[in-house]
Amino acid sequence: MDSSLTSQPIEPPAHATAAHTHDVQGTSLFGFIVFLLSESMIFFSFFAGYIALKTTTPDWSPPGMEQLEVFSPAINTIVLVSSSLVIYFAEEALKRHKLTLFRVFWFLTSAMGAYFLVGQAIEWRSLPFGFTDGVFGGSFYLLTGFHGLHVLTGILLQFLMLARSFIPGNYDTGHVGVTEVSLFWHFVDVIWIILFCLIYLWQ
Amino acid sequence: MTNVPIDRVDVLGDKPESEPPNNWRHYFSFSTDHKVIGIQYLVTSFIFFLIGGVFSMVIRAELITPEADFLDRTLYNSMFTMHGTIMIFLWIFPSLVGLSNYLVPLMIGAQDMAFPRLNAVAFWLVPIFGILLMATFFLPDGTAQSGWWVYPPVSTQNPSGRLINGQAVWILAVAISGISSIMGAVNFVTTIVKMRAPGMTFFRMPIFVWTVLSAQLIQLTALPALTAGAVMLLFDLTVGTAFFNPDKGGNPILFQHFFWFYSHPAVYVMVLPIFGVFSEIFPAFSRKPLFGYNVVAVSSMVIAGVSILVWVHHMYTSGTPGWMRLVFMLSTMCVAVPTGIKIFAWTATIWRGKLRLDTPMLFALGGMVMFLFAGITGIMLASVPIDIHVNNTYFVVGHFHYVVNSTITMGMFAAIYFWFPKMTGRMYYEGLGKLHFWLAFLGNNLTFLPMHPAGLQGMVRRISSYDPEYAFWNVLSSLGAFLLGMSTLPFILNIVGSWIQGEPAPANPWRAIGLEWLVSSPPPVENFEQPPVVVSAPYGYGKSEPLIAGANSSDSP
Ligand code: HEM
Ligand SMILES: [Cu+2]
Repeated sequence: MDSSLTSQPIEPPAHATAAHTHDVQGTSLFGFIVFLLSESMIFFSFFAGYIALKTTTPDWSPPGMEQLEVFSPAINTIVLVSSSLVIYFAEEALKRHKLTLFRVFWFLTSAMGAYFLVGQAIEWRSLPFGFTDGVFGGSFYLLTGFHGLHVLTGILLQFLMLARSFIPGNYDTGHVGVTEVSLFWHFVDVIWIILFCLIYLWQ
Repeated sequence: MTNVPIDRVDVLGDKPESEPPNNWRHYFSFSTDHKVIGIQYLVTSFIFFLIGGVFSMVIRAELITPEADFLDRTLYNSMFTMHGTIMIFLWIFPSLVGLSNYLVPLMIGAQDMAFPRLNAVAFWLVPIFGILLMATFFLPDGTAQSGWWVYPPVSTQNPSGRLINGQAVWILAVAISGISSIMGAVNFVTTIVKMRAPGMTFFRMPIFVWTVLSAQLIQLTALPALTAGAVMLLFDLTVGTAFFNPDKGGNPILFQHFFWFYSHPAVYVMVLPIFGVFSEIFPAFSRKPLFGYNVVAVSSMVIAGVSILVWVHHMYTSGTPGWMRLVFMLSTMCVAVPTGIKIFAWTATIWRGKLRLDTPMLFALGGMVMFLFAGITGIMLASVPIDIHVNNTYFVVGHFHYVVNSTITMGMFAAIYFWFPKMTGRMYYEGLGKLHFWLAFLGNNLTFLPMHPAGLQGMVRRISSYDPEYAFWNVLSSLGAFLLGMSTLPFILNIVGSWIQGEPAPANPWRAIGLEWLVSSPPPVENFEQPPVVVSAPYGYGKSEPLIAGANSSDSP
């Protein structure tokens, strides 16, 4: 008994306590990444559906419309994608405990996200087709709408994190929530790039 | 001032006993203890199992005669649609999640799941969508009627024009079920990866944990496809979009792809944990280590991977081009390899063991044998020429009931009998358990075996009247279904009776090896006082290695 005990590799006891008071932030981050990967599968399913429908539908473009305008959505895209950089600066500022700088960059990110949403709303209103006009109409609003919902969620989460930064000492011991929201934001941006290529560039 | 520390001591000292796991009120609360949640899932899903079972007997009552003389035809449609939906989304899925919830933290030496509150929310969504689904019986136009696979254009009909109709609520309910499943999947994967006790390396995890991991990874990858399809379907049905509507240029076949991209892998979400249950029970009742542990562990992951790539075998007759049929025929046959490996490993484990035929072992053996049969008919269906002939017939119905009922439900009963002493601290009555087994085993074969000849002769599924030439098989099948219904009575009697006044169970009534058997029955709220330090591989039957460091050899067989 005793000999078999010693011949087995035993982890250092430091681990033993780590398991019970486990790394809460690391676990939370891991779970969030798993969730994002799964969430990306919904988008990929929509993309696959879009490609399948686009390649097989006889009358793809809705009547009364030749081409989607690309210019203003492109501007929108640039704003949204560069906000990924801004949120990165915000995170870096927080890591160096520069709280005010963090708030400025963080708020700027939300503002850019809001600009994107408003731009999209304006575009939607100017389009000559609706949600129920053919397969393209449905796909267009479904994809951009579902993505827009994610942008909105991102902004709301950003407000939550911003508000938390006013609780004294809140981010002193760690800021996994901020890391997660920022990951979410990058995710939303990457999805948009694919979406932009599929809908606007591939016409 | 002086009161403060005393109060504190009181609160601290109270904590473990303040919530005795056997207090029944506990099970109606928003508890975050994974053991309570596990039992909540199991009990809730079992209630739905009974409801789904009653529906199946109504269906079989209609089919005992060739004429449609028992039910209104639309009610018949409701019955098979709701039967399938309930059995899959409200019995198999939640009962497996419940079992996994109870066992995984214990088996890996954790105190709880990674996200206990998320866990509780995921559970409470189950009764919510269950009730939502059942409530559609009271809508003016009744429940959904398009079968559990809700293919358009059948599922996009809305004759009454009401926004809230059975089909729309069905989609909503399944969407909530999906949300609950994704919450659960995130939780399980994180728990298994991040919360293992020291020394519990991946290749020391019990096979059950491996199968839960692979099943939940499938959920995370494949379930979103169904969600996407369901969203599009809901819009087609309610606001009149054109995704699946051929009149407006849409493509109904696309929905079938979405559906099966998830629902084929989903069958493995359902069966993999049962493979895990078999892998726990066979070694314990044969007193031998599991044969080929590493290969069995890896084969679950292989099954998960391959199962994502076979879905078109459900669509051989959906205008699928020849090359695609061929590709998916071959990929489907590949699944049989890792599955066969498992059956081989179990057989080798039992081989020349000192078998003890207690109820859990009987159910596991019966389940395995019937799974073998289901696998054989599965391979037959996978080959295109056979499937062209029998698709949409009772042959398919027979095939998948041998899996979902004869394997998964039997395996679930094996698990419940096996871990019942652990969960409740009580022993069940062996005699009633054996009676349950024999009734269920006979009932299963009597119900589902005759479906195969009926299907081969051409009896199509989802009909309430049929050619009298199939009557013989249908009478057998209906009698079997009533027998199967009866078989749950000894089970209910056993479980309720034992829970109230069964003999107290020791910590390890089966002399089984595993972390869950090292703690008391039922386990304390925090599972382990000290994090266990695992020092050896699982299934050390017949060896004298202790499982954990510093153990007082209570685990040696
Ligand atoms: C060796 C493994 C298996 C193979 C090769 C296999 C093959 C098939 C094939 C080809 C079909 C399509 C028949 C048709 O619709 O014409 C089918 C149907 C089905 N199988 Fe399997 N199967 C296997 C195992 C399983 C397992 C493990 C489950 C469940 C856990 C399962 C559940 C089902 C269900 C539910 C259906 C019918 C769904 C429906 O049409 O409503 N099968 N199987
Ligand atoms: Cu399949």
